[in-house]
Amino acid sequence: MKKCIITVVGKDKVGIIAKVCVYLAETNINILDISQTIVDGYFNMMAIVDVTNSTKEIASVAQELEGLGFSIGVNIHCQREEIFEKMHRL
Amino acid sequence: MINIYEVKETQHMIEQENLDVRTITLGISLLDCIDSDLDRLNDKIYKKITETARNLVSVGEQIEREYGVPIVNKRISVTPAGLIGGAACRCPEDYVKLARTLDAAAKEVGVNFIGGYSALVSKAMTESDRNLIHSIPEALAVTERVCSSVNVGSTRTGINMDAVRLCGEIVKKTAEATKERDSLGCAKLVIFCNAPDDNPFMAGAFLGVTEGDAVINVGVSGPGVVKRALKKVRGKGFEELCETIKKTAFKVTRVGQLVAGEASKRLGVPFGIVDLSLAPTPAVGDSVAEILEEIGLERVGAPGTTAALALLNDQVKKGGVMASSYVGGLSGAFIPVSEDQGMIDAVNEGALTLEKLEAMTCVCSVGLDMIAIPGKTKASAISGIIADEMAIGMVNQKTTAVRLIPVIGKDVGETASFGGLLGYAPIMPVNQFDCSTFINRKGRIPAPIHSFKN
Repeated sequence: MKKCIITVVGKDKVGIIAKVCVYLAETNINILDISQTIVDGYFNMMAIVDVTNSTKEIASVAQELEGLGFSIGVNIHCQREEIFEKMHRL
Repeated sequence: MINIYEVKETQHMIEQENLDVRTITLGISLLDCIDSDLDRLNDKIYKKITETARNLVSVGEQIEREYGVPIVNKRISVTPAGLIGGAACRCPEDYVKLARTLDAAAKEVGVNFIGGYSALVSKAMTESDRNLIHSIPEALAVTERVCSSVNVGSTRTGINMDAVRLCGEIVKKTAEATKERDSLGCAKLVIFCNAPDDNPFMAGAFLGVTEGDAVINVGVSGPGVVKRALKKVRGKGFEELCETIKKTAFKVTRVGQLVAGEASKRLGVPFGIVDLSLAPTPAVGDSVAEILEEIGLERVGAPGTTAALALLNDQVKKGGVMASSYVGGLSGAFIPVSEDQGMIDAVNEGALTLEKLEAMTCVCSVGLDMIAIPGKTKASAISGIIADEMAIGMVNQKTTAVRLIPVIGKDVGETASFGGLLGYAPIMPVNQFDCSTFINRKGRIPAPIHSFKN
């Protein structure tokens, strides 16, 4: 299984998760885990997703999500899970 | 499972603290290109480089996007040209043609530097080596991306003082040949003692003869990450200080290891080493000097600087070797002056001198790096500085290097500007007393007693 971590940070508003999830569904990316908190009015979300069957290359998914974030005024990152795994786990 | 705090820490390192992979360097052996006909040799070299490195830049960019970590440079190192050109290059001008071929191949595949216009002459020079060394000033003036190095000494062989004397003159001539650009050519010329075969960092990178056909070496960086981490342990004891540097170096190196593995897989080229150097850039906060200041010095160059640097260098290595099974290259802390805003400030304020920098090179990973000196400095004085630095490397069994820029037409109090990652440098004074009688002696300095390890 090929996993990515998606993070969304920005000012809270209606429909952030909805927009992200619609994009993921359209791209055939499955959400494995999702958590979300609001700190000082700021929306913080992290999702672990399975990109094994994604219809697009990860590099372009990352780029498109970034663009989607820009259009709704939040920061979205999509990175391969290994970078976090390698850095924080022995 | 990874939690949100860990994810945020990594992202913060990348976005705020300049964590990056400084270079993916593809080493390409040119041994199979050797030919006695110069045109055929150039054709083979061009073909081999452009074919092997065809996907280097695109693969680098793909990894960059997938993992969300910047890979600043994609570069190439090749077998020392002094070994490749021997059969075909009869004079320095022939070598300049070879340099142009390397430059054209680098341009074709889109890398910003190609290293390996080099000669290994730690004991003596062949006619071919001599031709190559004599061609360096013109080669660096007429090419854009070629980097050159000369290894003039080692712990096992001693120091080739004939080469040291010649290199002093060559540095001066290279400065003259590029004087309209603040003697920029010298920024692409490194004189080494104990040069490693697998260094991914320019300008001293070349692919050693002990290496295979092609290899991926990766250099990681992140002085800003270390500095930020050390802010949290202000006023704490040495144990906590060292622990923090080690943990941070571990995290940084793991990213390098990951990128190296991916690049190796996607390019179908074996992975060589990760070089875990703290390499500064002129960007604010991306400075080794600032780490030393965070450790507790008012300015780099103050008493205590050498000790602080020794500690930093050692802890970086200890953290790094845990993160990758194959650590190599130079690995440690770089202290280039022009590429580090903290170093530049320290020189401008009178805190840091050439002599203190020399002391610092005894305990860091490279040597006198990117230091601008007055253009009127005599070639023999440059050779003297090179000899001093080579002696430090030879006796301490470590790599040392000299990258001095005698800026033609400029003197102490003025500034040389090299642009981009190479930065700018205040011109530093050089001791005015003469060493030419010493430098003019012929032959070599014998290897030290502790080279007889058998």
